[in-house]
Amino acid sequence: MLHDFHLDVRAGELLGLLGPSGSGKTTLLRIIAGLDFPDRGRVLFGGDDATGLPVQQRAVGFVFQHYALFKHMSVADNIAYGLNARKRSERPGRAEIRRRVGDLLDLIKLSGFADRYPSQLSGGQRQRIALARALAVEPRVLLLDEPFGALDAQVRKDLRRWLREIHDRTGQTTIFVTHDQDEALELSDRVAVLDKGRLEQVGTPDEVQDRPASATVLKFLGDSIELEALAEGGRVLVDGRPTPVAAPRGVIGPTRLHVRPWQLQFVEPAEAHLTGTVRASHRSQGRQRIEVERPDGRLVVVEDFDGERYAAGRPVGLRINGGYVFAG
Amino acid sequence: MSEGLALSRAAAARPRSVTSEGRAVRWLLTGIAILFLALFLVLPLLTVFAQALSRGWAAYFEAFHEPDAQAAIRLTLTVAAISVPFNLVFGVAAAWAIAKFEFPGKSVLITLIDLPFSVSPVVSGMIYVLVFGSQGLFGAFFIEHGIQIIFAVPGIVLATIFVTFPFIARELIPLMQEQGTAEEEAALTLGASGWHAFRTVTLPNIRWGLLYSVLLCNARAMGEFGAVSVVSGHIRGLTNTLPLHVEILYNEYNFVGAFAVASLLAGLALVTLVIKSVLEWRYAGDLAAGARH
Amino acid sequence: MVATPQRRFLFRRPSVIPGFGLTFGYALTCLSLIVLLPLAALVAKASGLGLDGIWEVARDPRVASALRISFGVSLAAALTASVFGFVVAWVLTRYRFPGRKVVDAAVDLPFALPTAVAGIALASLYAPNGLIGAQLAKVGIQAAYTPLGIFIAMVFIGLPFAVRTVQPLIAEIDKEVEEASATLGATRGMTLVRVVLPPLVPAVLTGFALAFARGVGEYGSIIFIAGNLPYVSEIAPLLIVIKLSEFDYAGAAAIATIMLGISFLTLLAINLIQAWSRRRFGYV
Repeated sequence: MLHDFHLDVRAGELLGLLGPSGSGKTTLLRIIAGLDFPDRGRVLFGGDDATGLPVQQRAVGFVFQHYALFKHMSVADNIAYGLNARKRSERPGRAEIRRRVGDLLDLIKLSGFADRYPSQLSGGQRQRIALARALAVEPRVLLLDEPFGALDAQVRKDLRRWLREIHDRTGQTTIFVTHDQDEALELSDRVAVLDKGRLEQVGTPDEVQDRPASATVLKFLGDSIELEALAEGGRVLVDGRPTPVAAPRGVIGPTRLHVRPWQLQFVEPAEAHLTGTVRASHRSQGRQRIEVERPDGRLVVVEDFDGERYAAGRPVGLRINGGYVFAG
Repeated sequence: MSEGLALSRAAAARPRSVTSEGRAVRWLLTGIAILFLALFLVLPLLTVFAQALSRGWAAYFEAFHEPDAQAAIRLTLTVAAISVPFNLVFGVAAAWAIAKFEFPGKSVLITLIDLPFSVSPVVSGMIYVLVFGSQGLFGAFFIEHGIQIIFAVPGIVLATIFVTFPFIARELIPLMQEQGTAEEEAALTLGASGWHAFRTVTLPNIRWGLLYSVLLCNARAMGEFGAVSVVSGHIRGLTNTLPLHVEILYNEYNFVGAFAVASLLAGLALVTLVIKSVLEWRYAGDLAAGARH
Repeated sequence: MVATPQRRFLFRRPSVIPGFGLTFGYALTCLSLIVLLPLAALVAKASGLGLDGIWEVARDPRVASALRISFGVSLAAALTASVFGFVVAWVLTRYRFPGRKVVDAAVDLPFALPTAVAGIALASLYAPNGLIGAQLAKVGIQAAYTPLGIFIAMVFIGLPFAVRTVQPLIAEIDKEVEEASATLGATRGMTLVRVVLPPLVPAVLTGFALAFARGVGEYGSIIFIAGNLPYVSEIAPLLIVIKLSEFDYAGAAAIATIMLGISFLTLLAINLIQAWSRRRFGYV
């Protein structure tokens, strides 16, 4: 279910639709494509109303999560499908179609694969064929539904970089759906965060990370802890001590402060916002995560460089170096 | 160029789903399908009951009072009572050996078990004539010992077992293969004997599939005509099953009698179909996928 | 150091589950006595005749005509059943309408209804004074007691095969593929012809072959409506019954062998179609 919102996609940009499963991001993509229909509302392509336009005439390129390749057709036939489906008067000649298929195969670096069948290809190769097939019709907008969802981690990473390259080369307006924050933040020019059918925020990866518009966006983009705090005189106080966090306009009195694990720093208990004892610590890839148990029994996770080790049972103090407070 | 998505109050005309045909085509195809099925399947079924009752209920019930009809009912029940349990034991044993163990030639074995499905009913009966008939392979031996198989009840039972041979095994094999051996192995590690594991673990897992296949096996056993016709000899009151009795009455132009007896078999078919459908709707997960006939 | 035991041939892979010997032995014994031995008797009888002997029987005009009728009419009936069966399967899987489940269950009627019952019902429906037969008679068509009657009975018994082989495949069609075709600009008709139907062809062929094989061997539902006129509407299975009643076992065995041979070729064709389809597209 989608609630009312307005989303503008700029020509030539790569926009990531990010949200947890069930947030409505795929529905939105399908509405843009003309595969699903909004109860009300309009879809505009560069000022033209496309709402009533059947999917066949929308000129979108849709890449499906499971590729949806035609299994009984060769790779070349798959890519040429959209061109062959055109009315005779608008259909390019055979030689022209063959040339375009060849160009696209070059673009996706699968030049020798024209006569293979989808069942003979790997997942990553199928994904690239699906993309070439969508690009062949020269769509006004390219739509990708969880493009890397069905692939394993390494292939995902390679394809991500490759998709970015293709986009930079073609300048194709592209919208892709993902539930993976890293993927969205790495690939997109701008990210649109959706939750429960609401558009929470649209912005560049830096904007959504530095200035999340809501607690939902903040939580979805990474780990955080939530603390009871007090807004007073434009500052946010925790346990009576002022923090560097400024209170947003209109927020006065008791509030909640959201803090990322790396915004906490170990200090002497005397000058700390929070105190507690270390319960456990784990090291991973040059960083360590330390679980600190506060006097009331709640856990705080701190992220730090893999320097000084913190043994279980050690009393520690934590200073808050940053955080987020949301109005309302 | 800018692609915007704005949701405003203006209600948009809703185009039809892209993965379906237009309403007119849908109606046309549905109409053709239902008309075709009504004409080819439902009408013949209704005819059976309509013809059976064409002279009223008294004439209908009279058909069953005939001693020959009663003998036919008895024989049909007897034949089913022997052949269904036989195939049940065979089916479970074959499915256990094939589904729970790995051995070479397994697919050949499955194909051989399936073989009776692809043999014409008439040929199914005929092969027993070739073995046990007076000029058959062992015919002389049995005649010498005064044992009559062809044109007698044993031949009918054998032919019925043959045509229904694959029914139960064929449902159970894929079902038990799908279930694997983990649960039985768990039971064995907990100290159960093999028989105990079968009774308490395997049997509950296959009970719906078992019921389903026994049902279909029984329907075919009671309704088989071609194979039984060849080995029966059509001796009234002795070797006539219900389907054969139907044939005799029909050929004597006793249409009401023929259709009355036929209505009994049609009723059995309907009950079978209803229970089968209910099993398919409610316990689809406990039946072998795709094995629908 | 671990001692490597000498590898020794094992018929089955070792397993802790008991009962293999008992169940395997019992199943094999039943199979041999009930199925293999009697079929071997047929093979023995047929090989006693030799190819020449079988050919001799097949050349008999009455036998040749019965075989022609059985195979020819079954071919036409299987074709009809496949076309309508496809429509039925499509409607039942793709459309929602009241009573769909009942209609779906009714498709199995020919499996459940004893053939003799179907036979007399069809005969009385299509007889010149029957419900449908009378209507056909008005336009000068006689169905019962002609090859047309045989055709009707064969469509009846072949239909479930045609429906049930394609139905699960239609249900499995990935809607994304149809959507992909639509986003690429294909009309619905084009999508059906180029994307939906081609992968279903192997299943349709399989259903056709099954219906065909069943039609050739069918006896009970045909003989009442066929009229059984030699050279006109006499089917091969009936001729076997006639030969048997005349104690002409050799003749019966020869006809049976020809029928089994062609059924075998049909099944072989099905397997080849499926193997090809699996190799090419990765599905059956």
